[in-house]
Amino acid sequence: MPTTRSFTSIWEYDLLEQILIQTINGIVVGMILALVASGLTLIFGIMDVVNFAHGELFMLGAYVGVVTLAATGNFWLALIVATLVVAALGAAIHVTTLRPLLGRDPLNTILVTFGVSLVLQNYALWQFGPVARKINEPFVGHFNLFYLEYPWYRLMIALLSAAIIGALWLFLKYSTYGVWIRATTQDRVMAQAMGIPVPRLLTLVFAIGSGMAAASGVLFGPLVGVNHAMGLDWVLKAFIVVVVGGMGNLVGSIAAAIFISLTESYASLWVSPSQAIIVSFVVLILTLLLRPTGLFVPTPK
Amino acid sequence: MSTGAHTEPLVRVEDIHTYYGKSHILHGVSLEVGHGEIVGLLGRNGVGKSTTLKAIMGLVHPTRGEVLLESQSVGHLPAHRVARLGIGYVPEDRRIFRLLTVSENLRTGLDGRGVSEARKKELLDMVFDYFPVLAERRSQAGGTLSGGEQQMLAIARAMMLEPKIILLDEPTEGLMPRMVSQIRHIIHVLRREGVAVLLVEQNVPLTLEASERVYFMEKGQVRHQAVASELHADHEVVHKYLGV
Amino acid sequence: MTPRRTRIYWTAFAVILALLIVAPFGLPEFWRRFLTEILIWGLLAMSSDILIGYTGMVSFGHSAFFGLGMYGAAAALLTSRPPSLWLALLYGLIAAAAVAAFVAYFSTRLRDIYFAITTLIFSQIFYVIIFTWTDVTGGENGLAFSRPALAIPGLFSFPFTTLTLYWFVLAVVTASYLLLRRITRSPFGMVLQSIRENEARTRAIGYPVERYKIVAVMFSGLFAGLAGVLYAVQNRFAAPDFVFFVVSGETVIYNIMGGIGTLVGPIVGAAAFLLLREGLSRLFPYLASVVALPGLAEFPYLIPLGVIFIAMVIFMPQGLLGFARRRLNE
Repeated sequence: MPTTRSFTSIWEYDLLEQILIQTINGIVVGMILALVASGLTLIFGIMDVVNFAHGELFMLGAYVGVVTLAATGNFWLALIVATLVVAALGAAIHVTTLRPLLGRDPLNTILVTFGVSLVLQNYALWQFGPVARKINEPFVGHFNLFYLEYPWYRLMIALLSAAIIGALWLFLKYSTYGVWIRATTQDRVMAQAMGIPVPRLLTLVFAIGSGMAAASGVLFGPLVGVNHAMGLDWVLKAFIVVVVGGMGNLVGSIAAAIFISLTESYASLWVSPSQAIIVSFVVLILTLLLRPTGLFVPTPK
Repeated sequence: MSTGAHTEPLVRVEDIHTYYGKSHILHGVSLEVGHGEIVGLLGRNGVGKSTTLKAIMGLVHPTRGEVLLESQSVGHLPAHRVARLGIGYVPEDRRIFRLLTVSENLRTGLDGRGVSEARKKELLDMVFDYFPVLAERRSQAGGTLSGGEQQMLAIARAMMLEPKIILLDEPTEGLMPRMVSQIRHIIHVLRREGVAVLLVEQNVPLTLEASERVYFMEKGQVRHQAVASELHADHEVVHKYLGV
Repeated sequence: MTPRRTRIYWTAFAVILALLIVAPFGLPEFWRRFLTEILIWGLLAMSSDILIGYTGMVSFGHSAFFGLGMYGAAAALLTSRPPSLWLALLYGLIAAAAVAAFVAYFSTRLRDIYFAITTLIFSQIFYVIIFTWTDVTGGENGLAFSRPALAIPGLFSFPFTTLTLYWFVLAVVTASYLLLRRITRSPFGMVLQSIRENEARTRAIGYPVERYKIVAVMFSGLFAGLAGVLYAVQNRFAAPDFVFFVVSGETVIYNIMGGIGTLVGPIVGAAAFLLLREGLSRLFPYLASVVALPGLAEFPYLIPLGVIFIAMVIFMPQGLLGFARRRLNE
């Protein structure tokens, strides 16, 4: 990702300094990617649904954030509202389009969510137009990182993403719904026999995943413009992360997100950012060749 | 004997047919279980005993016929509603949640039913009383338990639902002989608690000893019914349906 | 097939072919080109049916095969003087085959969802490469070139008109259809279908499933690349947009809408989709002139189209053709 540069020539400064800067950049972007990918892998791991529309939920989250911010001027309110609204949308999508597919081949979920992504993307285009919108950061302020004025906001994104993922982990481990979700993932049939309302639970999981995507959208909004196509880049990266991290593996996705982000950041020291993405492709190809179940997954017994 | 206060049986299955793809599995099964009654279901492998339990539980939906719980038709309800209505299910190979701890396994039956914390504690205490081994292992993952312990957990988990009837599918399969007496003991406990049991088993002596009535199945149908005490002497019937 | 059904089939085939041959005579220029496009997209959809319908591998990689066929043709048409149709075909098919081999090598070991996702990612990889390698591919703007003539050097040279190009495309697509039909009915095709039904069992019987899958991907890629070449010849430009995974997605839509595993179904699906799209994109501006609702004119046709697609996946998974077939059988 392009960083703000306020200097004359990067070659005036140490390679080491540049690497450190890119490390921080990599981690920041990696954490957001991890947040997006967690939602995706959660949905896949628990529901066997490949959610093509995940990028669009990210994008709509950003737009709801824009609208709420314009109406209230409060960034944090925008974040919360966007998360809740898109979570509700996710629940609606699940009930109408995915629940009817329960019991059918999971491949159908790709097709249906692809259709949903088309609808959502074009809806956004129609509703908001092709011009990018902006979300303003909740606070400005930099600290001096070598030759850069590094925005505090970026660090905050990383921390907030980590906090959200941490909250998710706690939720899964300790809450009633969390236990139910874990039980359903292991044995859906027996979960039902224990009285767990599985269809509703799956809707909840989809809603949570959608909400996480929306939150990422709002958090990331200030870094780039908000437009109807922003989901496409992210869904591609998120899928790469999920495959490299091991599908359905939450910890693996986080590790993969940071790993891929870091390698891309380092690569962008030498090539342009749009070419740096080739790095993630290479990582993907290597993963598929060497450890198709996931780079960060212990070899299956 | 079933408690005299009820005139209708607790569970009644009337002429149900099920299919698996194109295979016709159950060809019209009918049976009933009274309140608090222990009923056995015997037959060779593959005659449809497990499928009958699944049909009662709502894991398989009959294409014809009725499943009635206290005169309420439940044949087309999803399994989680059937469980909430008071039917517990302990499947073949136990199928406990292996990655969840013992406590978490039990929680799946306790949580979300609107049960008070006090009652939850009562139920847990009761279960840990009957199964001290589970109390010891309460923080261990279910997959680390031995076969017998897993069987106990599977039954305990079903008991957390406070069911009116528990469907037991081959509880002694794969267990060592001394565990079999454990199972016998558990069934007595269930009877004492007033919980009905529909017991599918290959172990004939256990079934005859624990049950009040026994059904015999053959080729997807119930062919014979008898009072258990009368069967001790009648080896012919047992031999006919089980080849034992 | 019984002799009677064979006769019915070939009669229907002849009738439809005849209709297609004379169709453009009654149509204005725009619709002639539209019909040509339907055939081209139909060919693309047919090629993916080999994978989706016959082998049971849902692939989102077809945009890569199509795009490489397109760019391969572009390369030939930009470098040969005069622009040679045959070189365009050759380059395009080789490029598509190369990509297909690459994709096949990595993805055929994966199953189901993992295969679908991986093909998607690969098609995006090619998109990014094409998009950023501006020197060679013209980047965002793509490449423009002139249309070749139907020529055999030294013998004759007929520049294409809309009409003659249509017939050329019709001939290629019909030949492809017959060839694909032959392939799907061959022992090879039977093995593919067996893989679709039960991969484990096919493997257990002793078939080298991976190799069959790789060949299936190669065939699929070749015909998709052929569609790309035709597209380049018709439209005289190559652009990265066609390599974007959404094109693959639309191809899958044609397949589902028309009916997978039928070869003809996807062509019907492509025709239905494109006609719907054309119709809907005219409908809303028209409605807007009648009813004064703000924003109605720009209402994206893809929204109702997307909804129709979703509904079809849920309620009519056999597609239009499967639906019609069942109706006819009743």
